[in-house]
Amino acid sequence: MTTDLQREQLAKLVASFMSYSAGHLPDDVKLRLTEMSKIENEGFAPDIYNVMQKNMELADSLKRPSCQDTGIPQFFCRVGSKWPYLDIIEDALIDAVKEATAKAPLRPNAVEVFDEKNTGNNIGTHSPWIDWEIVKDSDVLELYFYMAGGGCSLPGFSKVLMPLEGYEGIAKAVFEQMTTYGVNACPPCLVGIGIAGSSEVAAKLSKKALLRQVGSHNPNPKAAEMEKLIEDGLNSIGLGPGGFGGKLSVMGVNIEQASRHPATLAMGMSTACWAHRRAGIRINPDFTYDFFTHKGAAL
Amino acid sequence: MSTFEFKTPVTEEDIRKVHIGDVIYLTGDIVTGRDDVHHRVAISGKEPPVDLTGKAIFHAGPIMKKISAEGEPDKYKVISVGPTTSMRMEKAQAEFLAKTGVKIIIGKGGMGPKTTQGCIDNCAIHTIFPGGCAVVAAEEVVGVEGVEWLDLGMPEAMWKLKAERFGPLIVSIDSYGGNLIENNKIEFNEKREKALEELKGKLNFMD
Ligand code: SF4
Repeated sequence: MTTDLQREQLAKLVASFMSYSAGHLPDDVKLRLTEMSKIENEGFAPDIYNVMQKNMELADSLKRPSCQDTGIPQFFCRVGSKWPYLDIIEDALIDAVKEATAKAPLRPNAVEVFDEKNTGNNIGTHSPWIDWEIVKDSDVLELYFYMAGGGCSLPGFSKVLMPLEGYEGIAKAVFEQMTTYGVNACPPCLVGIGIAGSSEVAAKLSKKALLRQVGSHNPNPKAAEMEKLIEDGLNSIGLGPGGFGGKLSVMGVNIEQASRHPATLAMGMSTACWAHRRAGIRINPDFTYDFFTHKGAAL
Repeated sequence: MSTFEFKTPVTEEDIRKVHIGDVIYLTGDIVTGRDDVHHRVAISGKEPPVDLTGKAIFHAGPIMKKISAEGEPDKYKVISVGPTTSMRMEKAQAEFLAKTGVKIIIGKGGMGPKTTQGCIDNCAIHTIFPGGCAVVAAEEVVGVEGVEWLDLGMPEAMWKLKAERFGPLIVSIDSYGGNLIENNKIEFNEKREKALEELKGKLNFMD
C-alpha cells in the first residue's frame, strides 16, 4: 500500500494547525489572561495588558504569528497503537514544519550545533523535536505542538536534589529561577515542574506539565496543594506583566511526577511565556479531527 | 512618569530629558541587532555597515518576508518583530554604544551594570517594548530600507527599519545610572524570601 497520499494529507493538516496556533493562543490561556488583566489595575500593568490584547487581535486579523519568536518546533505525539499510518508520522511532521515555516511564515530557528549555522527552514538534527507515547487500544493520533521560544526556555533547568532538601528545596529553586530569569520570559508565565528520580525524566515531565491546561490540577491532592502553594507564593512576588511589577506573577503552576529513587529527588522546570503557543489536535484514521485546545477554530 | 515623542537622530538633549519609568514613542530609524551583530561590532571589531549615530538599536530577530519578484531588487516586509532578551547583549552593549553612537536601545527584560555604565558614558538609554507583542510592533514599522549582514541568517541580520510612533518604549535604564528592572529585582528578591518563609513547613510530604 502506498501511503504518499496520507502523508501529504497529514502534513497539510499539521501545517495549517501549526500556522493557526502561531497566531492564536489556546482558549484556557486567553481566559486566564483576561482574568489576570482585570486584577492588574495599577502601574504599567494595564497598559501592557492592553498592548497584549491588541497584539492578539492584530495577529488574528492579519493572520500573522503573534510573536516573532516562533520557537523550536516541538511535537508530543500520543499515538494510538491502532492508528493505521504509524510509518508516515515522522516524515509528515517534517514536511509540515517545512511548509508552515515557508507559509505562516515561521522564523527559522534551527541552528546546527557545532556548525553554528541556521538551517533556514527549522529542519535540523532532531528538529523538529518529536516525543512519542503509545496509547493502547486507540486508533487516534493525539498531537501536541509547542513553540519553545528563546526567552521562555531560558528559566528551564533540571537538577537532582538530595532527598533531605525536600519539596521545599524544589520550591526554593523555582522561586530563584523565576526572580532571576522570569522577567526575560515574558511574564505572566505558566510554570511547569517535573519531579522524578533522575534529571532527564524530571525535565521531560516539566515540559509535559506545560501541555496541561492552565487552571487544571494534579490529581494527587498533595501535588495539587503544592501547585497552589507555589502559585500563591510566586504571585506574592508580583513580577507583573513584562516584569514591571504588579499584583500577580504567573498564569499558574503545573506539576507532573514519576516515582523517584529513595536516594534522589530530581526536579525539572520549564516555563511558558504569556504567549503560550501550545496546540492540541486529535486526528482520526479518516483524517477528521478535533482541534481541542482552540474550540471553534477553522483550519 | 512622563511621555515623550522622539525623532531620529535622537540628541543628547533628548536623552537627558528622560528618566526610568518614562515612556517614549519613537519615529525614524531603527536597526535590528542581536547576539551576532553585537559580537561582530564589539568583539570582532568590524565596522558596522550602517551609520547608527543618533539611531535606535532594536534587540529583535524578526520574521521578514521577501515581497520582490525574481530578478527585481530585494524588497522585504516585516511580518512579526518583537523584542528579544536584552541581557544576552550585556557583555558587548557598552562597547557597542561607544563604537556606534546609538542613543536608544530597545529590548525586553533589563540589562546589567556594564550597560548602565555604558549609558552614562555615552549618554544613551535602554528601553523595553512589551514582550511578545510582535504584530503591534510590526504595524508600527512603516518601511524596510534594507538589510545588512544577511549572511548571519534572518533573525540575526541587521534590518534597517523606518518606524512611526514606535512604542510604548518604557525607559528601563537612563543616562543618570537609574535601572528600573534592577530596582524591581531588589524588591522581587525581598518578597521571594518572605514567600519562602511562608512556605516553611507546608511542604513536608516526607514523614
Ligand atoms: S518569551 Fe515568548 S512571547 Fe516573549 S519573545 Fe519569547 S516566544 Fe515571544
